[in-house]
Amino acid sequence: MADSLFKIAGGTVYDPANGIDGQVRDLWIQDGKIVAAPTDPNVRADKTLDAAGMVVMPGGIDMHCHIAGPKVNMARKMRPEEKRVAPKVSRTANTHSGTLGSVPSTFATGYKYAGMGYTTAFDAAIPPLAARHAHEEFDDTPCIDKGFYVLVGNNHYIMRAIQQNEPQRLKAFLGWLLGSAKAYAPKMVNPGGVEVWKQQQAGNVSDLDTCVEHFDVTPRQIIRGIAEAAGELGLPHPVHIHANNLGLPGNWTTTLETMKALEGHGGHLTHIQFHSYGGGPDDQDTFNSKVVPLADYVNSHQNITVDVGQVLFGETTSMTGDSPLGYYLSNVYKTKWFSADTEMESGCGIAPIEYKNKSLIHSLQWAIGLEWYLLVQDPWRVVMSTDHPNGGSFLAYPQIIRLLMDRTWRRDVLKTVNPQVLKRSTLGDLDREYSLNEICIITRAGPARLLGLSHKGHLGPGADADVTIYTPNDNVETMFELPRHVIKAGRIIVEQGEVRDPVDGKTLHVAPDYDSDVEPDIADWFEKYYSIRFRNYPVSDAYLGDHETVACRQGTD
Amino acid sequence: MATTQENTTTEDGLKIVKDATCTFCGCVCDDIDLKVDGEKIVEAKRACVLGKAWFFNHEVDQRPSCLVDGQPATVDEGVERAARILAEARYPIIYGLSDTTCEAQRVAVGIGDWIGGTVDTTTSVCHGPSGIAFQGVGEVTCSLGEIANRGDMIIFWGSNPAESHPRHFTKYSLMPKGMFVPNGRKDRTCVLVDVRRTKSSKAADIFLQIKPRKDFEALWTLRALAQDVELDADQVESETGVPLATWQDLMQRMKQARFGVMLFGMGLTMTRGKHLNSEALLALVRDMNAHTRFVAKPMRGHGNVTGADNVVSWRTGYPFGVNMSRGYPRFNPGEYTTADTLARGEADAAMIIASDPMANFSQAAREHLASIPYIALDPKETPTTRAAAVAFTTATYGINVPGTVYRMDDVPIPLRPAFDAPHPSDLDVLRGIERRVRQLKSIVRVP
Amino acid sequence: MSETFVLIPGRTSKQGCGISEGKFTDGYVSETTQLQVCPADMQRLGLADGDTVRVTSETGAIDVPVVAAKGDELPPGLLFIAYGDLSSRLMGGDTHGSGMPTSKGLDVTLEKITP
Repeated sequence: MADSLFKIAGGTVYDPANGIDGQVRDLWIQDGKIVAAPTDPNVRADKTLDAAGMVVMPGGIDMHCHIAGPKVNMARKMRPEEKRVAPKVSRTANTHSGTLGSVPSTFATGYKYAGMGYTTAFDAAIPPLAARHAHEEFDDTPCIDKGFYVLVGNNHYIMRAIQQNEPQRLKAFLGWLLGSAKAYAPKMVNPGGVEVWKQQQAGNVSDLDTCVEHFDVTPRQIIRGIAEAAGELGLPHPVHIHANNLGLPGNWTTTLETMKALEGHGGHLTHIQFHSYGGGPDDQDTFNSKVVPLADYVNSHQNITVDVGQVLFGETTSMTGDSPLGYYLSNVYKTKWFSADTEMESGCGIAPIEYKNKSLIHSLQWAIGLEWYLLVQDPWRVVMSTDHPNGGSFLAYPQIIRLLMDRTWRRDVLKTVNPQVLKRSTLGDLDREYSLNEICIITRAGPARLLGLSHKGHLGPGADADVTIYTPNDNVETMFELPRHVIKAGRIIVEQGEVRDPVDGKTLHVAPDYDSDVEPDIADWFEKYYSIRFRNYPVSDAYLGDHETVACRQGTD
Repeated sequence: MATTQENTTTEDGLKIVKDATCTFCGCVCDDIDLKVDGEKIVEAKRACVLGKAWFFNHEVDQRPSCLVDGQPATVDEGVERAARILAEARYPIIYGLSDTTCEAQRVAVGIGDWIGGTVDTTTSVCHGPSGIAFQGVGEVTCSLGEIANRGDMIIFWGSNPAESHPRHFTKYSLMPKGMFVPNGRKDRTCVLVDVRRTKSSKAADIFLQIKPRKDFEALWTLRALAQDVELDADQVESETGVPLATWQDLMQRMKQARFGVMLFGMGLTMTRGKHLNSEALLALVRDMNAHTRFVAKPMRGHGNVTGADNVVSWRTGYPFGVNMSRGYPRFNPGEYTTADTLARGEADAAMIIASDPMANFSQAAREHLASIPYIALDPKETPTTRAAAVAFTTATYGINVPGTVYRMDDVPIPLRPAFDAPHPSDLDVLRGIERRVRQLKSIVRVP
Repeated sequence: MSETFVLIPGRTSKQGCGISEGKFTDGYVSETTQLQVCPADMQRLGLADGDTVRVTSETGAIDVPVVAAKGDELPPGLLFIAYGDLSSRLMGGDTHGSGMPTSKGLDVTLEKITP
């Protein structure tokens, strides 16, 4: 029997995927999905929410954050000091207690995302060996749909297949790995560089053509090989790239080379802000923005998409699968440092960090992030992110929205940061202001499209009924930080920031078809090198609560 | 929850469970092939002496599934009494958790939240001090397979794996032939540092016997040498019991290693200095990364103590010793850790899951625990179950119960149970208690 | 006459097996209720295997039979006992703010109480 009919009546709807830009409309919801308005005028909704005068958008989608798994949990354990002074998350009659700080506990993560009108989030860096852990945390992360990307850029099996020039084996392995981990997409983090870190003191690659010893491959070969395999598997989100040399002055050339190395294959370059620096690697005084040439390249190459990784001023935690970066940051800032190498697969680095508006470097990082939003012409190819918590908390999204929509305020803030920013970036010259429609694109419609989620990020019939209703306000930060209603799969879960109905949310993952003839070879590989048994590696369905296998396209690209 | 029964076959009418996981110690070996005769495991291929004792001695226990005040009762009656004890208490504590599944641990932490109690695990009397040290300086570490594939300098400090983690040498740290150490043991140097010449010393190339309670001084000697600080030879020897030249030789070898590993045990955490000892070791390993690759790893004891750390952390933000009496989590070792809470006579009710404080705690703590109503869940009869107001005999994780455990290096591993037990699992009992506690506390609905 | 020693309680494989076999079985009980003393100290104090001594810490006292430690496992001045009820009786409740009672390296005195 069909669920009751729920109508959101008379709201001002923003649904850019369907060409609706601020029109007053009714939305009809049934069985957790948006449905077409009934053709029979006598059909009445069983429940109606009056949204007259309100702004209605699809639920927000965070396509790059760190919210689950071993790295995030280590950061939770590592930082009791910031939780003591953070706002409290108390248990209520229907919600668990939790903690905030830069790395919230699982329940708090779900509640806070939903409280801000976001209904879907993807963790960006899970070692496949720890996939089970990420799923367990997801099961304790309510209110949002979620998925994760698995780390593949330093995987030994993949590097060997590239070195032996076996693209079919690589493709089959990637399909097997994604299905085994119940992951959503492959993620490269400092391809090749993490393996060099494991092999030598302060090891890293310096550019795309550095040879990774023992495996005899280069980052360029890894990027191209994985992008090609991902394309052939028809993955909904083919490949997510954290490029080499993150955070280093002068890294923009590496970033440009990475874009070129894709050779036309679809690729998403993540937290691009951290990869857009000019200047000499040994002289921080030459540090400057190189967004203009990089954005030019993005503007003229449809295969490239980016999310920003905006930096906000204040205290946070840097956490990355890029081990050499963690070492670098902890040495620069003299902080405590966590590093973990995962056998055959990946690395991890964690260090506290405070972004200060008096610092030239930090001020430029802040400005470079904003330049990216303002210089990419097509809002469908740039996505809002803070690389939570690396640039700042996801809870800063409303503040970023205000920086983009309100140029007067942006200029006021610009006056408070290190004045060198005006000379070393173009931010002071940029007049562009985002419209609500464009904000809707970079926070939900765009990421849904880049993720290949055809049933998210829009409000057409068949879409998941994830809807956020905002009270308009002259200060858009206020408007976006406290939605009036948040609806998840057709249920009102949040009212005015208060969680009323903490639903579970579902896990999104892929299950690509792959050539299963590869499995005996993978099993042999496990016998030789892994510390756990091949049989005990894949994550069974039993670990997934409510979940959805997102279909792959027919292999094309 | 994981149910992985698909790999069972039969041989001579006996059930074979391949790649079962032993949950006795932190090694969490997942390569054990079990042969099961009805309700008894008759063979445990590849298991060590502790593993065999674990698998062979968990037969079906004929004791009742529940005792209330020492008298047999139904599980439902036990759950009702347990929920009332916890819901009516002013300062309830939930303790133990290191020998049960993550699935059960999650429910236990949830109960702690609803009742506004303290949740603490055996971590606090194991590597809790190392957790505190981690919060101070961080940790440079790796998964056990990295040690197997790369480690060429293996230093055990205050740890006796020959008796506590018998397969660590063969499976992870000394014997394996790895990708970058193809000759296995021959490619590795093994050092043991301890206050006594334990059975593990036979496996070591170099044994350094330091004075008891001088780990901190010994580790700082190495930290100084790593940074070429000049030291007084007489002072070093009189403080540590080991000549300066020996320490210098060790540091030389450490710097020349390609991938050094320090594996440390409760010889550090339980001795004078405690978290400062662990912190000195973690800082030394961090320092060594200015010279070569070096990692550290605490040798975690119980089968799923690492899972307990993870579950408590992801649910509350803190690893152990978490108090929720104000409605949100607070962390303070020494205040909310169970050894302290009980010894100070503060708690007025408790639930002990899969651990035995009545055997392991100080006399003051034991006397207080014996004086308050408490609930105990354990597959075996222990001093703790004997004195409990409500004692549940539960099915054994990994033998009767599926689920997830985290190895000492935070790698999550699924369980493949061998046979069913007539008793409920910890998870079953805790779910029942949670359901009832929620009713008593008017908790509306929880995902 | 009593002498001061440093006591190290710790794990042994027999004690570990005993946890699985049952804490009320003979194996576990005997393993956790004997004190290892280094042979040189045994000789000096005129102790033989099975003699009972009284071990006293700041917190408590236990009477326990001794056994000579194997080979050179223990240096003079150090005692060893497997974790169990007896070792817990000698341990204090104070954790110095760490959560961990001082459970190894305890100052104790040892006194021979049976011939």
